[in-house]
Amino acid sequence: MGEKVLMKGNEAIAEAAIAAGCRHFFGYPITPQTEVAAYMSKRMPKVDGVYLQAESEVASINMVLGAGAAGVRAMTSTSSPGVSLMSEGISYMAGSDVPALIVNVQRGGPGLGGIQPSQADYFQATRSTGHGDFHLLVFAPSTVQETVDMISDAFDLADKYRMPAMILSDGMLGQMMEPVVLPEPKDTVQDKPWAAKGHNNEREHNVINSLYIQPQTLEDLVKRRYEKYDYIKENEQRAEEYLVDDAEIVIVAYGASARVSRSAVDKARADGIKVGLIRPITLWPFPTKAIDKAAGHAKTFLSVEMSMGQMVDDVRLVVSGRAPVEFYGRTGGMIPTPKEVYEQIVRMNGGDN
Amino acid sequence: MTEIKGGRPHALTKVPFHYCPGCTHGIVHRLVAEVIDELGVEGKTVGVASVGCSVFTYNYFNCDMVQAPHGRAPAVATGIKRARPEAVVFTYQGDGDLAAIGTGETVHAATRGENIVAIFINNAIYGMTGGQMAPTTLPGQVTQTTPYGRDVKTAGNPIRVCEMLSTLDGVALAQRVTVDSVKNVKAAKKAIKKAFQYQMEGRGYSIVEVVSTCPTNWGMAPVDALQWMRDNMLPYYPLGVYKDVGEGSE
Repeated sequence: MGEKVLMKGNEAIAEAAIAAGCRHFFGYPITPQTEVAAYMSKRMPKVDGVYLQAESEVASINMVLGAGAAGVRAMTSTSSPGVSLMSEGISYMAGSDVPALIVNVQRGGPGLGGIQPSQADYFQATRSTGHGDFHLLVFAPSTVQETVDMISDAFDLADKYRMPAMILSDGMLGQMMEPVVLPEPKDTVQDKPWAAKGHNNEREHNVINSLYIQPQTLEDLVKRRYEKYDYIKENEQRAEEYLVDDAEIVIVAYGASARVSRSAVDKARADGIKVGLIRPITLWPFPTKAIDKAAGHAKTFLSVEMSMGQMVDDVRLVVSGRAPVEFYGRTGGMIPTPKEVYEQIVRMNGGDN
Repeated sequence: MTEIKGGRPHALTKVPFHYCPGCTHGIVHRLVAEVIDELGVEGKTVGVASVGCSVFTYNYFNCDMVQAPHGRAPAVATGIKRARPEAVVFTYQGDGDLAAIGTGETVHAATRGENIVAIFINNAIYGMTGGQMAPTTLPGQVTQTTPYGRDVKTAGNPIRVCEMLSTLDGVALAQRVTVDSVKNVKAAKKAIKKAFQYQMEGRGYSIVEVVSTCPTNWGMAPVDALQWMRDNMLPYYPLGVYKDVGEGSE
């Protein structure tokens, strides 16, 4: 175990990526993630890595595509409007099975929106971050330490399944400072026999491609990819359950809003209200098992988000009419307070406390 | 007797080209493959296919290939080259890809002096989508989307890519060639070889623009298309070396 250091969320993202064996970072400045790039520009030259500031997010994701296709651990980091620009490249990466890491330190939207924390990119991250049938691995940390640990896992799983992964963070987690223990450094070289790095006259040429003109060929390929997605849904779901076993009211919240909700749960528990929290750690695959289990005993659910209600759809799909699923959220960069969430719990519990 | 070289370069696969009769893509593919063979670099070459008629180059070149989103080949090539500096990396792009949707990526890869080669096919039209106006479509030229001829007052002016890129410090070679005659084919191959050599010497970004034809979408027989190109395109896009960092040195 390394020593504990105090780090800003965004800087921890960068250091964790280097520890995970990433030596190729391509990015474009955008608030509130700029510290990731600034930190990388300082650190990468010290570890024989590549930091390159691209001319746009469109270019940076395609540099990530190229580096990922060439078989190295590559990443970019951006914030909401930047992901919109990257969606083309992300679709191509998914369509040509290129692994890489994309960090989204979410801010308020739509449009230029604002620069304060938000979770309004949930649909974008989990439904489809671009055109066509595909998914990303999507991780939602709620502490700086968890962010650090997840970066390493995200790179490993992206390589294992040959697909892009996303860390869906937010401006609050990116800007806050917390003590972290950095993981042991991983190898910077991974065995990727499929990569386009020069065949060295030892094998047939590798082709990294997403074009399939014959519809039957394309359908077959997409279906095989969805078999992989099914396997991931079965095996890679992650969620933290907090006081859920006897809970009549179950809050579902991730990232920054899970931190807020946990405080509200503690306060309501002190009042004797049977409330618990399910915190999705993977947003795709969505932790259906944890929610399905809770739907066996909970009388009601509440999805708390920093959006107008996006993840609530997934909660409803799992609960599937067995209990009412309510929503509470703030958006545009506003963060719900523990008091606001507590008041929702009290109301759902049947009134005054 | 002059020896006529036959056979297929090793750097080309055995997949038959899908190109229309009279299209010059086939000649340029062969030249690139011959250069790869002559330099002995097939094993460390990674090509980047772009979007347009040449998208299937990933099936035609024997080296490792990556297919890039439309216009993004220079960024994809940048990622590959930064990940594998020892690799020889080239893009193969048409005029729509390089000079319209990918202008930003092209200019910035060039000005960064990215150690890559761009093979740029300029035939003044979008071939794959059936003959629409390209950034290099000539003033007055009729296309599917300029049915009354390109009116520069509304549709804007064509771009002269080599001239534009030659102003950038990161560019090692910017040369415009064509492949309408044996003499010109030889000159084109020499330029392509120089571009690859410059990359291997770490000199920066090189672009070889090949003024080409599109008999199908121009609505001409192949021989007439070549003549039309000579009469109309070459005066607007003069052949020549626009920048060469090696010139005068040595």
